[in-house]
Amino acid sequence: MEKFTTLQSRAIPLNIENVDTDQIIPARFLKATDRKGFGDNVFRDWRYHKDGSENSDFVLNNSKYSGRVLVAGDNFGCGSSREHAAWAITDFGFKVVVSSFFADIFKGNALNNGLLPVQVSADFLSKLIKKVENNPETEIEVNLENQTISVKGSELSEDFEIDAYKKTCMINGYDDIDYLVNNKELIEAFETQKTY
Amino acid sequence: MSKKTLFDKVWDSHVVNSIENGPSVLYIDKHLIHEVTSPQAFNELEDRGIPVFRPNQIVATADHNTPTLNQDQPIKDKLSRQQLEQLSINCKKNDITLYELGHKYNGIVHVMAPELGVTQPGMTMVCGDSHTSTHGAFGAIAFGIGTSQVAQVFASQCLLLTKPKSLRVTVNGKLKNGVLPKDVILYIISKLGTNSGTGYFCEYAGNAFEEMSMEGRMTVCNMSIEMGARGGMIAPDETTFEYVKGREFAPQGEEFDKKVAYWKTLPTDKGAQFDKEYSFDAADIEPMITYGTNPGMGIKITETIPVDENPSFKKSLAYMNFEAGESLINKPINFVFIGSCTNSRIEDFRVAANFIKGKQKANNVTAWLVPGSKQVEAQIIEEGLKDIFDNAGFELRQPGCSACLAMNDDKIPQGEYCVSTSNRNFEGRQGQGSRTILASPLVAAATAVEGKIIDITKHLN
Repeated sequence: MEKFTTLQSRAIPLNIENVDTDQIIPARFLKATDRKGFGDNVFRDWRYHKDGSENSDFVLNNSKYSGRVLVAGDNFGCGSSREHAAWAITDFGFKVVVSSFFADIFKGNALNNGLLPVQVSADFLSKLIKKVENNPETEIEVNLENQTISVKGSELSEDFEIDAYKKTCMINGYDDIDYLVNNKELIEAFETQKTY
Repeated sequence: MSKKTLFDKVWDSHVVNSIENGPSVLYIDKHLIHEVTSPQAFNELEDRGIPVFRPNQIVATADHNTPTLNQDQPIKDKLSRQQLEQLSINCKKNDITLYELGHKYNGIVHVMAPELGVTQPGMTMVCGDSHTSTHGAFGAIAFGIGTSQVAQVFASQCLLLTKPKSLRVTVNGKLKNGVLPKDVILYIISKLGTNSGTGYFCEYAGNAFEEMSMEGRMTVCNMSIEMGARGGMIAPDETTFEYVKGREFAPQGEEFDKKVAYWKTLPTDKGAQFDKEYSFDAADIEPMITYGTNPGMGIKITETIPVDENPSFKKSLAYMNFEAGESLINKPINFVFIGSCTNSRIEDFRVAANFIKGKQKANNVTAWLVPGSKQVEAQIIEEGLKDIFDNAGFELRQPGCSACLAMNDDKIPQGEYCVSTSNRNFEGRQGQGSRTILASPLVAAATAVEGKIIDITKHLN
């Protein structure tokens, strides 16, 4: 897994609540058997009309906005467990998703793929979205070590929570398989002594 | 001794180890896999040279991509065919039991596993599919996982997890005539919203659930994820034991009796504390229907769409082409789907057949009846339900996920409404531009007969 320590970048504002994983990557694109290339179809049905032409109203098609931070509305990533959603977002180039609330499975999938979910207060989120919408050149700084997110050249800053174990994994690029495989003896012992 | 919840008891007995101030290593008894979320996990293990640790605790089926007609023919869609072939290759290589297309045990993973007795009380179960919560109906801890976690379970039969918080939803009282388990869960989600359960594992308690069949309990637990809860559980009781008894992979004879004695110790202790509790009166629940693009946007079928100024709410209504304040009764509907891991079990088809018997499908309606498994299909035929459907102009198709997620050929056309017994009404879920209205099998059957949404409560009284 790719390491994550700090990131300074512009952001893309996606001011929609309850963005589900079917919108992030529709089911018809889940037929691949490897992890690559899902970025082409991220938010497919919002980015393109059915005839394949670009939907110019959608923020990802607005050339004013760019960057590796996606700032989205409340309850991001709800619905299906498809990890393809996290793969599609990272493959498109994002390293951080900011929202006031994340669905459980998506959050876990993101952390397992070096994509940092930054959960902020509703108040901070609405200020951040406004700021980015008004000024696409707004630079955002995310520091995982200090667990802070701030807007450069402004007072806007907030601390965020992350599981201490997951933080270590992100900073060092470790994943859970390494840890679990190293615990094999304990697991085998558990199997012989199970109480149920 | 401290009072424990059902969830606590199952969780605690499966903890192998804990990281200080971090997650626990949780042992997984059964791992279910299907063609969509497993190939990348197999690749990852192969790339890292790690063998599958406990292949005999994995059960595989093909369901998401499978066509629901002509299953004896090669699959036309090349990518779907390749994904199924890949699953067969991976299972063969790793010595994993696979019920592939056409096998007498093939079916939707959350229908076939309980049916075979793979699902049992007190177990931990996972699958790369968010509706794994279904199996909680047996008093198991069952939840959906991502593909990286599928690889972790392949490698170690364990997962690193932080214990979720506890939530209990109690429904007591008498359910009205025509109110089905689907209505109960749609009602709960409409009251609590789509993220009330996030970070929690839910237990459903009260006589409304105690009096439900296993099929009904599975429908309820299936949709736990639609309120954000990773899983939902119902305490195992005589109904559970009776269902499990004698099934192919259930413990037999003395072993079964020993298990039952253990399963009886699992229900939540009196006085155990939950982090959050809600309770509802069963008598307040009526046949439900959704009007928006998430499962929390539901109303009683007799109610009108609420008025809300939230831009996301308005965007949702615009997608559905509905107006705030309007009623859905008399809306013409051209598509009806009865199926999916939520409502494709034998009871669901009995309910539909009972309403349809002696009536005819409306001419404007395309109706897809898709059993959840080969075994359900066989039972539909055996009980004579297929004849009822045939006589009424309905077509019984072959098992699979079908129009629930439109990964196969069963897609609802752009702009069309579909009254569907599935679990998600997200934009485009049933096909690009399709508009999904979630409902029970009874409401779906009535819609198919009338060609429009009707006030089913009038037919019942």
